[in-house]
Formats: sequence, structure tokens, C-alpha cells
Amino acid sequence: MKEKLQAFFKSFGLPRLIIAGFLLLLLILAPFVGADLPTQISNIINRFSWNGILVLAMVPMVHSGCGLNFGLPLGIISGLLGATLSIELGFTGRLSFFAAILIATPFALILGAGYGFLLNKIKGGEMMIATYVGFSSVSFMCMMWLLLPYHSPNMVWGYAGKGLRTTISLEGYYNQALAGILPIKIGNILIPTGTLLFFALLAFGIWAFLHTKTGTAMTAVGSNPAFARAAGINVDGIRLLSVVMSTWLAAVGILVYEQGFGFIQLYMAPFYMALPAVSAILIGGASVNKASIVNVIVGTILFQGIVTMTPTVMNNAIHMDMSEIIRIIASMGMILFALTRKTEATR
Amino acid sequence: MDNQNNTLLEMKSIRKDFFGNQVLTDINLSLREGEVLGLVGENGAGKSTLMKILFGATDITETGGYDGEIFLNGEKVSFTTPFDAIAAGIGMVHQEFSLIPGFEATENILLNREPKKTNVIAEIFGERLDQLNRSEMEEKAAQAIEKMGVKIDQRMRISEMPVGHKQFTEIARELSKDQLKLLILDEPTAVLTEKEAEALLDSIRGMSARGIAVIFITHRLQEILSVCNTVAVMRDGVLVETVPAKDTNVTEITKWMVGRTVEETAASTDVHTDEHQNTILKIEHLWVDMPGETVRDVNLEVKEGEILGIGGLAGQGKLGIPNGIMGLYNAGGQVTFEGREIPLNSPRKCLDSAFAFVSEDRRGVGLLLDESLEWNVAFPAMQIQNKYLKRYAGGLIKWRDEAAIRAVTEKYIDELQIRCTSSKQNAKELSGGNQQKVCLAKAFALEPKMLFVSEPTRGIDVGAKALVLDALKKFNRESGVTVVMVSSELEELRRTCDRIAIVSGGRIAGILPASSSVEELGALMLSQVV
Repeated sequence: MKEKLQAFFKSFGLPRLIIAGFLLLLLILAPFVGADLPTQISNIINRFSWNGILVLAMVPMVHSGCGLNFGLPLGIISGLLGATLSIELGFTGRLSFFAAILIATPFALILGAGYGFLLNKIKGGEMMIATYVGFSSVSFMCMMWLLLPYHSPNMVWGYAGKGLRTTISLEGYYNQALAGILPIKIGNILIPTGTLLFFALLAFGIWAFLHTKTGTAMTAVGSNPAFARAAGINVDGIRLLSVVMSTWLAAVGILVYEQGFGFIQLYMAPFYMALPAVSAILIGGASVNKASIVNVIVGTILFQGIVTMTPTVMNNAIHMDMSEIIRIIASMGMILFALTRKTEATR
Repeated sequence: MDNQNNTLLEMKSIRKDFFGNQVLTDINLSLREGEVLGLVGENGAGKSTLMKILFGATDITETGGYDGEIFLNGEKVSFTTPFDAIAAGIGMVHQEFSLIPGFEATENILLNREPKKTNVIAEIFGERLDQLNRSEMEEKAAQAIEKMGVKIDQRMRISEMPVGHKQFTEIARELSKDQLKLLILDEPTAVLTEKEAEALLDSIRGMSARGIAVIFITHRLQEILSVCNTVAVMRDGVLVETVPAKDTNVTEITKWMVGRTVEETAASTDVHTDEHQNTILKIEHLWVDMPGETVRDVNLEVKEGEILGIGGLAGQGKLGIPNGIMGLYNAGGQVTFEGREIPLNSPRKCLDSAFAFVSEDRRGVGLLLDESLEWNVAFPAMQIQNKYLKRYAGGLIKWRDEAAIRAVTEKYIDELQIRCTSSKQNAKELSGGNQQKVCLAKAFALEPKMLFVSEPTRGIDVGAKALVLDALKKFNRESGVTVVMVSSELEELRRTCDRIAIVSGGRIAGILPASSSVEELGALMLSQVV
């Protein structure tokens, strides 16, 4: 029994135990400082449902050895193009959500393929290049959001009649498009069943893919590219596929995030999406070339839990509104911690 | 040469083991001032380790040091870093160049020992800000080059130099050290043209006349005989012979190098010598650009159902042959298998033609270290031949069949006696010998018609060696699979193979039956060394 317990702790990992312990402490403290526990729990579940797919988007590239996808903003931009075009084309309600996914898909495929092609040229430095791909694509789109000929009055600046606003409300479009499906209410806890099911569907898809012949090849490419090449695998092709998958998942991920959040955020917003997703999967126990669905789920819950709970508890404890500062300290601290915990494969 | 000179170096009963693996046993060696000692031996005989001990290389100290004593000029010394050795007057030129490509020869020769001029700023802030005294540097470098006796342009950048001149720059650097008493040259002629090599030999004679002792390591025995006073032959970590060079000849040295005791060299007893076998694989004018193992022009015919051994010294291109055919390194020429031409530079095409390859780079190419044995064994067969897959949706979805994978892995764990906790254990946790067995299992699972095995026993212990070789032989004899086995160990080739091809200088120097004597094979090994 004791050995089993030790084995469990070992496989769960010390960093996760520490963070889970801290999260538990915050949850226990919450009622004492006057924060409403059910609201907090429903907050964590909500944020998990928004962010889960963005974290899931890390998995294919980690498996193929392209490292953590710091270029997540590229996929997010595909998603934003899908979102804005869907509204521009006049789709409304829940339909606009699925239209957005459909429209985002070709962008994600094309941008993902170009990004993958680039990553194949710079093997070994993927993560650094990915970071810059993310940054530069965000900056480029900052110009494009102003210049592209959007006309929908719900999205453009009121006084000029052109150029997209920084924040676009999704009221009347796909606000709560998934969360609104079969919601479960237990006391003050509201569970967005639709969003969770959608995440489960995609997570299952990735899990299943990794059990197929191509998925197996992807894992092998990440584990030892020389081995894969000697076994006749087209290493570059598999890597490209993984990058396209990651980019598409990021596109879908941001749409799911928006439907929960209720707003589309343009311009610099995609900039800040990659690091939390990277940290979440690292905290979940993934290494630079190994990641599982369990890592995604555990990591997202822990990361989002800490990021939502710390400011609330602290604010209530010291009776001062410092939420933004504490949120930044907590989330950046988590990122730093996660990056120091990263492990690499045996070579 | 003057034999009255004082003894410069004495090494007494030097022993060294790496983690219990004895690599040097009771080496006794002495060297007089101005003496040139030729050190020869097969790869892995312990030459480099011995020189590293003498030069105080850090990988010796880090692995627990050595036993025995070294005396330099009658004083006991024990170097823990190369800096100590250099200060004591020992210089070493390694096989790999350690030069700065963007610097001129002069700058490289005097690097960090430049004559300096002081200036006002340096007076205040210390000598780190001294200026270089260019004219004196040129002069000193010129002296060193003159001492060497080979003309090189001291103003030329290293990056623009031919390889030979780089080698000479290294030697000049050692000679520019005033305290130099003993120079170790590790295969200096390997990269030189014939003419340059001749110049180097002259320069060695010059050094010797100046009283500098030289230890000269090479595979070219003629050079040893022409320049050395003494020849020392090493084999399996033992110094087997030390004789004056004038009393010996190439054949004798070769015999000492490769010849183990004749009793244990019983060649393979069951040899296939059927002359009428069909040629199954024909290699014509193969060249392979594998760094350090260049294949220049190989023509070879492999008979159906035989085990063909390929032997040769390291760096002569024997490893390049299987790696080139399997498409892992850039290659050209023509390879015909069962009458069909095999396209080169495409691992996939080779595997599709029912070839399989066990790489010499077990950890780098051979295994998925972070994955289970099941994955390692089944992966190539799954990807190439669609084995161990369940098909859904009309073959659209190819799902991994875990049960089939476990079954095949367990079958090979039994057959090859792989020691592991379960078929789920990660490959990196296994010992070298067991990892090699996994590599074999991986190849066997492909059920190839043609199997290339490269250095199957490198770095594994004696017991595992026998098992691996027996498994290979059994696989060949029972399934009729043609095997090409590349190995640097002649003994192992003679024990396992039917015929042995010897590679020398990137070409096939000759093909002999496995029953040939080690002397014959050894002579071929050295015949075309470049």
C-alpha cells in the first residue's frame, strides 16, 4: 500500500503536488476571507472550459518534437479571422460559431503549413523561432485589422466607419454558443456542459489520433527523429502535419474561449495567449517532447485554478483591489516555475 | 641514432579500467631523449587511452585515474590536467584539429603565449590590456616553422588552408613551446597527401636530431619503419611487443597487431562455400559521403543466403557501406537486388525492398530510448508493412493493435533472452547488450530478405556478444536471410561469417573465405589505407 502510494506520488510529480496543495489551501482559505466558494469553483470550471483546447493545441507539436508551440498566436489569428468573417458575412446566433470554425479552417491550414515549413528549416531552434513567428504575426495583424475592408457596424469603429474595434461583443452572435447547451446548475455552481463536451470531443480525437499508425509515427519522430528516418518515416511531413494540427486547434480554441468570454479581442490580445497555455501543459507534467491528454487536463485546472483563486483570496484578505497586479504576479510566477520544471528527452 | 641519450620518459605498470572494464594492463614503456617511438595497434587496443594518461586528459581523472607510475626525467609525475603536461614539456597533436579557423597561422601558433608590448592603459589596468607584439610574433612563428622543416605560409588564415597545412600548423604550435621535450602525434598522416606525409616524416627526423622525443601513432606501418627507432605494438590493452624498428617488418607487426593466440581463432565451422549460389545483391561503384567513413568506390557481390562480413580499420569506410545503401547518408552508384535496381538516398525504398538495418549507433539511430520495448520492436514493421494494426472504417483508420504488438515483443524477448522487467519497460533502462538484442528484434520483426548489421557487438560484454552473434547466425541459417555484417573485430567476423570482405581506403581490398588466417586479413586491412 505504502509503495503504491509512493509510486503514485512519483508519477504525479512533486511540482504538481506542490501546486495542487497550494490550490487546496486557497480553496480552504476562501470562505474565511469572505469569498464565495461555489462562485470560485464555478469560475475555475468555466476558465478550464475556455482554455482547455488552447492547451490541447500544444500536444501534436510536442509529440512530433517541434517543442512547445510558442507560435500559438498564429493559430489564434486564424480563429479571429474566422470569427470576424463569420460576423461580417451575416451569420448570427449559434450558427455563427460553427461558421466561424469553418471559415477559420482554411486559414489555419495555410498558415499552419507555412509555419510548419519554416520550422522544418530550423530544426533544433523551433521554440525560439516559434516565439517570433507568434510575435510578428500579431504585429502584422494589428495593421491588417485596421486595413481590411470590414463593414459590419457591430465590429468597426463608430466614428470612422472602418477598422475593427479592439473588443467586439458577441451578444447576438455566438456568446455562450456551447456553454448554453445543457448547462447544469447545482446551487451556485454553473457547469458549462456543452463546452466541456466539446473539449472532451477534441481531446478524444487527439487521443485516438495518437493511437493510429500516423499518430504512432508522430510520437516516434518526436522521441528520436534519426530512428524514425531509419524506419522510413517522412520526418518533415509528419512534423508539418503536427504543426497544422496545432494551428487548427489553436484557431478552434480561441473561438471556444470567445464564446465563453463573450467578446472577441483583437490587436495585441493574441500576444498574451501562448505563455499561459505553455505553462499550463508544463505544470500538467508534460516535457518538451512528451505530453498526454491527462497533462492537458491536470495542467489547465491547476494553472487556471491558481490564476483565478490567488487574486480573489488576496483581495478579500487585504481589502484592497490589487487583483490585476496579483494576477500578473501569479501567472508570470507560474510560467517561470513551469519553465524551470521542463524536462527533455534522453539522447 | 645515439643510444647514449638519457632516459626521458618511463611508464611503469600502467593500468586503467573504465568502470571495471580493463582497457590497459601493465604497460611498461620507456623513451630516451630524441627517440622516435612508433605506437601501433588496432582500434580499441588502448593507444589513445595510454596517450591520454600521459597527457593528463580530464576524462582519465574523471573516471578514477590510473594505476602505475610515470617518470619524466627521473621525477615522478602525475598530470591531472593537460596544462600540467604542457608545462612539463609534453606536446600533443590530436587527430581532430584544435585551431581557430578565422585566425592566421601565426596567431594560432602563438595563441595565448603571444609576445606583448605594454602601454599606458595596461600600466594602469593590468597586463590584460597589453598589446601584441606583431613583429616578434612573426619571428617566433617563423622559427617554429623552420624548426619543423616544412614550409607553410604563416600569414594564411586557417580556414583557407589545405588540410595538410592545418596539421603542420598544429605541429608548429607545439614546436614553438620552448620547454617541449616530448611530442605525441596521434595519426598525423591520416589527412596528409603522400608528399606532405614524407615532409612530416622528415620533420620528425629533424625534431629527433634536436633531442625532442616523439611518440608517433599511425596505421601506416611503412612510415613507422622508415622513421621510428622503436616500434611498440598494442593489442587489447596489452603492450605485446617492443622492438627496434630495424629488426622487424610489416608482416611481423601486422601479425602482432591482429594475431590473438592461434588456439582461440578457430574459424566458423559450418561455412557455406557453395560456389553456385546466386548473386542476390550487387553493388557497383558505390560512393557514400559519411563523415569519417567515406566510401570511395565499392564493388561487391553478395550471394543468396550467406553471411558476408565486412571488416577494416576505423575510418576506412566499412560503416559507410550499409549506411549508404540504406539511405542514411548521401550516396551514389548502383545497387541491384534480385535483378531490380534499388534507389539510393531513400530509407523507405530500401525498407520496402525487404532490407533491414541494425545501426552501429544504437542509442542515436537504433532505439527509441524513451519508449517501451514494444514500440521499439514493432515500430518499423508497423510503419513499413502495416503489421500490428487493426483497421476500422474500411481501412481509413489504422489503429495500433496493442495485443499483437505485445505478442511479437514477448516472442522476441523469449527468443533472444532479452533481460527486462516487462515488454513495457523503456529501452533506455536496458543494458547495452540487451539494447542490441532489441535492435535485432526490431530488424527480425520486419522479416527481411536482406539484413545489414553494423558493429553488432560494439560496447557490449562478452556473454551478450556470443548471444547476439549466435542469434544472427541462427536467423541466417534458419530463415535463409542473407546477412551483411560489418564489424571491426576480425575474430567475430571469422567466427560468424562465410566470407569476409576487407575495406581499405574506401574500396574493397579483397574478399577471403572466413577460414583465412588473421595475418592475411590484417595485411589486406592495411593495404590501401589513406
